[in-house]
Amino acid sequence: MVAVDAVKFDLSTELQDDLLVLSGDLVVWSLRVLSDTSHAGRIDLSSVNRMDTAGAWELIQRREAGSTLIGLSDRHAELLETVTKALPVVEPTAPPPPPWRRLLEATGRWMAGFWVYLAELAEYLGRSMAALGRALRHPSDFPGTSLIHHCQETGLRAVPIVAVMSFLIGVVLAFQGSDQLRQFGAEVFVVDLIAISILRELGILLTAIIVAGRTASALTASIGSMKMRQEIDAMRTLGLDPDLVLIMPRVLALVLMLPILGLVSALTGLLGGAAMSWIELGISPAMFLTRLTDISVTHVIVGFIKAPVFALIIGVIGCHAGMQVGKDAESLGRMTSSAVVSAIFAVIIADAAFSVFFAQVGL
Amino acid sequence: MSDEPVVRVRGLRTQFGTHVVHEGLDLDLNRGEILGVVGGSGTGKSVLLRAIVGLETSQAGDIEVLGSQIGSLSGAERRALEQRWGVMFQDGALFSSLTVRENVEVPLKAVPGLSDAQRRGLAELKVSMAGLPWKANQNYPSDLSGGMRKRAGLARALALDPEILFLDEPTAGLDPIGASAFDRLIVMLRDALNLSVFLVTHDLDTLHACCDRVAVLAERKVLTTGTMSDMLKIDHPWVHEYFNGPRARAATAGLPGKD
Repeated sequence: MVAVDAVKFDLSTELQDDLLVLSGDLVVWSLRVLSDTSHAGRIDLSSVNRMDTAGAWELIQRREAGSTLIGLSDRHAELLETVTKALPVVEPTAPPPPPWRRLLEATGRWMAGFWVYLAELAEYLGRSMAALGRALRHPSDFPGTSLIHHCQETGLRAVPIVAVMSFLIGVVLAFQGSDQLRQFGAEVFVVDLIAISILRELGILLTAIIVAGRTASALTASIGSMKMRQEIDAMRTLGLDPDLVLIMPRVLALVLMLPILGLVSALTGLLGGAAMSWIELGISPAMFLTRLTDISVTHVIVGFIKAPVFALIIGVIGCHAGMQVGKDAESLGRMTSSAVVSAIFAVIIADAAFSVFFAQVGL
Repeated sequence: MSDEPVVRVRGLRTQFGTHVVHEGLDLDLNRGEILGVVGGSGTGKSVLLRAIVGLETSQAGDIEVLGSQIGSLSGAERRALEQRWGVMFQDGALFSSLTVRENVEVPLKAVPGLSDAQRRGLAELKVSMAGLPWKANQNYPSDLSGGMRKRAGLARALALDPEILFLDEPTAGLDPIGASAFDRLIVMLRDALNLSVFLVTHDLDTLHACCDRVAVLAERKVLTTGTMSDMLKIDHPWVHEYFNGPRARAATAGLPGKD
């Protein structure tokens, strides 16, 4: 809103010794004229036309400061009375704790909240596993349609972006790698560089990051908006298990789809690398393929073992965040962005943990 | 109470696509009166309110509020007019990122020369006038119950001491005690501030408790206006069913005599 002077009310004040004479309109728009005057023992209001609650409130402040109000019309006296009655009753609030204590408290809360968060994630993981177990024992309850739908949403729909991204990563790796390796005359090793980095790390990690951005937010938004509109409560009262109907198919779809997306990413990445090697270094596709067959298959295994784990992380974080949405739309937005950030962060942490693990076991 | 209308609607026509909501609708809101607007679901009560405050554009007709034609106003004139009315939406429509007091302070920020302390004090006064406890000032809208959100919405609508107050279903979803407290609050505010109130409602108890006049929307126009006792005499099937149905009788029976 812009301050405009289109609403014009005039209030004039005249101070005679200890008597302040007001004339005109004493309303919220003219309040500043009154607040500019100094304290007066008596305030004459007999020539005030219009008065609103803001004016009355200011007069009450003056009266409490020791001024006497004179010349009030009946109507103004009535308004003053009404406002006096409506004045808020200030309830004493505890003084705020000292800063060091607030800092300590906030840190403690944050730490406790972090452990609770991890425990809740474990709970959601367990609940979706249990739901999967139940669905396998009673195949008629298995939400097949839902699973297919989410496979399409998280898998098929993500193929174009994953493919384009991986192709470009392959191109960049080949270009940068060839530049460096040429200095040693070891251009042909660019194939190893591309293959190992894409198959072992980048393909699956970047796919997981893209899926975390795309799907974790979608999971939180869809489950969160259902939570907001009490659809999840309605499900419970109708005997439908939200774990089985909502969470399990979404998490399972991710677990099934992320390895496939990883494969798409690996293939297009290699394709991009091969194309760039051919253009930049003259390594023919046949030669690229020959070098590629020399790469140990361990790298592929190491890469693809990570995919289902990343999928579980993304799915559980997304669904958990969705279930934390409260009744207001603001919490939906907050939880959606926090789900994406947490999912990406957790995927990178997990990737680092995997690296340490594989280094230890010598893969 | 003078007879000069603060809101004058003449020949209003609104439509969405091919669906005509109002056709040739005439309505007056007089200064200092509480006008109850009733009608079946889908008769365009809320659309009429939105058209008057300029949130919907009408296809034909004149809407005059406080002497200015809605729809032919410049930006500055419109802002000036907006500061002379207050609108309370159905669920309060509070800004969810602000506390109740900050919500009420929003319209007050347009007033030049108001100190922070004054703004704060005035906001707290309005919150208290709307019947909310002191502690509610610090609360965010999501912490409040539906009834409290409506009260906070009313406090925000009252922030600039408007001349006209538009209320969209103020008592819908409130418990009977809360609803009748809200009815009394509206009458009290009207008496204290000389407000003109445009009240869209379904609640027969509210109509009995506070409305000076009732306007019935049906068949795309204002079918009839008059006091509650006039309504009982109208010979139109819907109006008859509405004001003489079992719920209406129950609402009248519980009344110790209107006015």
